[in-house]
Amino acid sequence: MNFLTSSDLAPIPTYRVMNSEGYLNDPNRQPPDVSNDQALTWYKNMLTVNILDTIMFEVQRQGRLSFYMVSAGEEAVTVGSAAALGPNDVITCQYRETGVFQQRGFTLKDFMSPLVANRNDPGKGRNMPVHYSGKQKTGVHAVASTLGTQIPHAVGAAYAFKMEAKENPTESPRVAACYFGDGAASEGDFHGALNMAATQDCPVIFICRNNGFAISTPTSEQYRGDGIASRGIGYGVDALRVDGTDIFAVYEATKEARRRALQDGGRPILIEFMSYRVSHHSTSDDSFAYRSKGEIESWKTGYNPLSRLRRWLENNGLWNETMEKETRSAIRKAVLAELTAAESEQKPALRAVFDDVYAELSEEQLAQKEELRRIMMKFPDEYDVESHEGGIAGL
Amino acid sequence: MFSLQAMARRSTGSLQLQTFSYSKCLRSNAKLNEPIDFSTTPLLHHNKKTFTKTLGLSTDGPSKRMNLFQSVNNALGITLRTSNEVLCFGEDVAFGVVFRCTMNLQAEFGKDRVFNTPLTEQGIIGTAIGAAAEGMKPVVEIRFADYVFPAFDQIVNEASKFRYREGATGGNVGGLVIRMPPGGVGHGALYHSQSPESLFCHVPGFKVVSPRSPSQAKGMLLSAILHSLDPVIFLEPKILYRAAIEQVPEASYTLPLDKAEVVKSGTDLTIISYGRPLYTCSAAIEAAERDFNGASIELIDLQAIYPWDRKTVLDSIMKTGRAIIVHESMVNFGVGAEIAATIQDALFLQLNAPVKRVAGWTTHTGLAYQKYIIPDVARVYDLKYSPAFSLISVLESDREKLCALNVG
Repeated sequence: MNFLTSSDLAPIPTYRVMNSEGYLNDPNRQPPDVSNDQALTWYKNMLTVNILDTIMFEVQRQGRLSFYMVSAGEEAVTVGSAAALGPNDVITCQYRETGVFQQRGFTLKDFMSPLVANRNDPGKGRNMPVHYSGKQKTGVHAVASTLGTQIPHAVGAAYAFKMEAKENPTESPRVAACYFGDGAASEGDFHGALNMAATQDCPVIFICRNNGFAISTPTSEQYRGDGIASRGIGYGVDALRVDGTDIFAVYEATKEARRRALQDGGRPILIEFMSYRVSHHSTSDDSFAYRSKGEIESWKTGYNPLSRLRRWLENNGLWNETMEKETRSAIRKAVLAELTAAESEQKPALRAVFDDVYAELSEEQLAQKEELRRIMMKFPDEYDVESHEGGIAGL
Repeated sequence: MFSLQAMARRSTGSLQLQTFSYSKCLRSNAKLNEPIDFSTTPLLHHNKKTFTKTLGLSTDGPSKRMNLFQSVNNALGITLRTSNEVLCFGEDVAFGVVFRCTMNLQAEFGKDRVFNTPLTEQGIIGTAIGAAAEGMKPVVEIRFADYVFPAFDQIVNEASKFRYREGATGGNVGGLVIRMPPGGVGHGALYHSQSPESLFCHVPGFKVVSPRSPSQAKGMLLSAILHSLDPVIFLEPKILYRAAIEQVPEASYTLPLDKAEVVKSGTDLTIISYGRPLYTCSAAIEAAERDFNGASIELIDLQAIYPWDRKTVLDSIMKTGRAIIVHESMVNFGVGAEIAATIQDALFLQLNAPVKRVAGWTTHTGLAYQKYIIPDVARVYDLKYSPAFSLISVLESDREKLCALNVG
């Protein structure tokens, strides 16, 4: 009677390409198949995310923004993986994937409009900050606060793509990818999704950002097994663990996962990117309450995804201190300029209160709209309608 | 005429055997709570000539005798044939076991289009949402409405809000249809009898509908799958799968998902219901009109639970001045509460009596007690007698006295 116990099995190893000095971890392997332009773009994208995060955190503290979530420490996870996905692939994510939006085409204006909820927000000012609606530009489904619900959505999208590929075999096939954290992976939707994906052979990539925390809950209190990667085999899903602070490892792993996901019509792949959540969970959290500053500092210096790629670029003569200073300064200026511009825009028209619940307004919604209009016109001093595009006429 | 009652009498009388039937019920002199005779109920089309009574059903073209699961099966086949985007999945869907709605579909359309899934309602609905978001039309089945709850988060937090949060991108899950069978069957007890429709109506986003018959189901399901731009929750009263048999047009046709239907005209009282209890109401009306000279009762099939057809219902009560709403699920916080509140808000001064709800008692549907809990013919019939609901017209001066009586 041989019970299988966790201690019988070695922990799943972590894939790495580049060491912390910015050199190949294995000097005998080929350099990553990444052009200089690509690497520079990635670095600038990571810098943009990092600076945007830093500024918007402060902006929230100043009361100019209701809420924000920083993704410090995970810039390589998001930028590197997004860089490896196809331009028409569809993504569902959690809320700490700013780098995905940046890498897939969001401009600073695309970030700022929803953050301040102005009339340029595709999401029409409905969702909280960092819950971006950007499907047309980036292929990412609008973000929800509910954890894990996005995981089976990617499975369904992948199934649609599998059917699409059968009907149009000459077109480039697509995959769906979902991002979720180590905490979200405890939700039932994770389990249901992996089972559905495996039994239906869906071309889907499950990307876990294991950053060590779910708000204040460290992974030692989140699960007993060997991280999230170990769960793959239980569902019949191939899995890989990767150093999430090494952008080349992240890129290569995602690229390979995508290749595998499209094999034989489709199959799911699970990648676990290991990193550390340098920031607080959100602006509503003070993580010093549950972890030491020393711990944060050691990750910030020892496993910083930005400094690691920077060293690589400098080692290859592609970057220097002057460029760093100038780029940082330019990004900072651009962020602040976009923020000011965004804040001066009006809020979305009031019709956004009732539109899009259904494809067409229901009879009752029309009646309620009239009632709301009546109240707003009866008590004009009580409602700031002019801050909305079109004022009361926009209802 | 077949009835459980007659069968019980024959077995104990002629053979002198002690028999125990788990569904032994009625006292032999019951007149109201007799089993519904589905072969004669006016709610079903026993002959295609009566199609003219129902908007949307055409007497042109052949029709066929079908029960509810056959008409659903027929509709699903038409949609799978019509559109390559249609998928049909859920637990045991490949064999179409339990209720047989998906029988033979996998054989005809293949495993890619019609397939079994693992046992995970949240996984099923979540996957369906993702597929619908990318242009598919997934028609998923929940085995019993009682088992939908693991998917409740996906339904109210994800599918219901999908179009709203996407906003200007136009992203939506309008192609999604979730089918499930609610309702008591007599022996379903706590977990095979529930009617959760009102729970899905308290968060907007879905069209929640319930057909009363095979012909209604086919037209409404075709509409839901092929045309609805909003996701639909489609409630098929499970007891009707086999019990309701009628003529159904063989061609493809659609019926609206936002209209209530006056299935019987009347002038003194409006009864509003949907699904299986409609048949109870129909029987109660028959008995009341037989027993009370001149009684004339209007029966409305709500069909669209939410968004519901307020105009048809309110127009009716404008005329009759009295309303009763009947549903199986618990009276509190149910569909009846919504309708009653709307009626009294819009038509307070036109009402001749308080709006009443005849619904499940505030308890669970225990096995041995279902027949006492779910509204029966006697309870619907009884409303005609209650002092607050008298069929005698109420004079202006008596109105306050009557309202005072009804308080408490």
